[in-house]
Amino acid sequence: MLDIINVSLLLMMIVTALAIARLRSLFAVAMLTGLFSLLAACVFVLLDAVDVAFTEAAVGAGMTTVLFLATLGLTRSREKVTPKDRAIPAMLVAGSCGAVLIYALSGLPEFGAADTPVHQHPITEKYLVTSIDETHIPNTVTTLLASYRGFDTLGEVVVIFTAGMVVLMLLGRCAREREPDQDARAKD
Amino acid sequence: MSDVLGFYPYIAVAILLMIGLYTVMAHSNLVKKLIGLSVFQSAVFLMFISLGRRDGGTAPIAPMEHGHAVVDPAIIYSHPLPHVLILTAIVVGVATTAVGLALVVRINESYRSIEERDALASDRKVDEQLDQAG
Repeated sequence: MLDIINVSLLLMMIVTALAIARLRSLFAVAMLTGLFSLLAACVFVLLDAVDVAFTEAAVGAGMTTVLFLATLGLTRSREKVTPKDRAIPAMLVAGSCGAVLIYALSGLPEFGAADTPVHQHPITEKYLVTSIDETHIPNTVTTLLASYRGFDTLGEVVVIFTAGMVVLMLLGRCAREREPDQDARAKD
Repeated sequence: MSDVLGFYPYIAVAILLMIGLYTVMAHSNLVKKLIGLSVFQSAVFLMFISLGRRDGGTAPIAPMEHGHAVVDPAIIYSHPLPHVLILTAIVVGVATTAVGLALVVRINESYRSIEERDALASDRKVDEQLDQAG
């Protein structure tokens, strides 16, 4: 039963991705990106990753869509017709990449199996059992994120800070003070 | 190909990766490229989460008794580590998308276009004019 829901959600994701690749109205594409993230969030819930689903729904479906829409508001919303000369090499590269991937992924242990290296590694026991005695936090994902892999999270914060600074440098007031330079370029 | 059913999430991952890669390479529009990149990214997230999944498992949250989290060996949990890694990756992905979109806005201001081809053609024109002047 769960598998049927999973398969249909994954099929919907694929159809949405195809529509994203085909459509030229960028506003429609931005909204479809939101739908795509929401479908991904549903799949994550079914795969027991509730925290990831939360984040994907809030950040992926919410924030990313807003970012895309804001960019389209500042630029233009219709994609020009791209000449077809790139379509065939792109299809070839994507197709061969996909073929290699399917070949490699078929070597993975079966989906949901219990005897995989992921589930047999001793660290699993530590994270799922010992961590509850050590920290008394019921949600293991929170424990991992904040304490056992706290440095990862610190790195993440550094990345977000850097990204925020870069966006400010690109779009902030300092960047705007080079207007005469751009006028000269426009005259060319 | 005997039990394709046991691998269906991985096949979906491969198809989504292909669609994302194709969108990035075949389109000249920079916003469309970034959207293709986020489709590609979602496929990778899906792969990691599928690897952590265990049949009959549940979300890795321990039950509470009298206000304390307790260990119940009877409950099967999916692996929490891929969840943590992907949580970090989602947030970092949004940060990099924001940087990319800011660059697109700047490119649009300088070139009056968000098409890669227009920007390259405009660059070539400037180069030719400089060659003629020098």
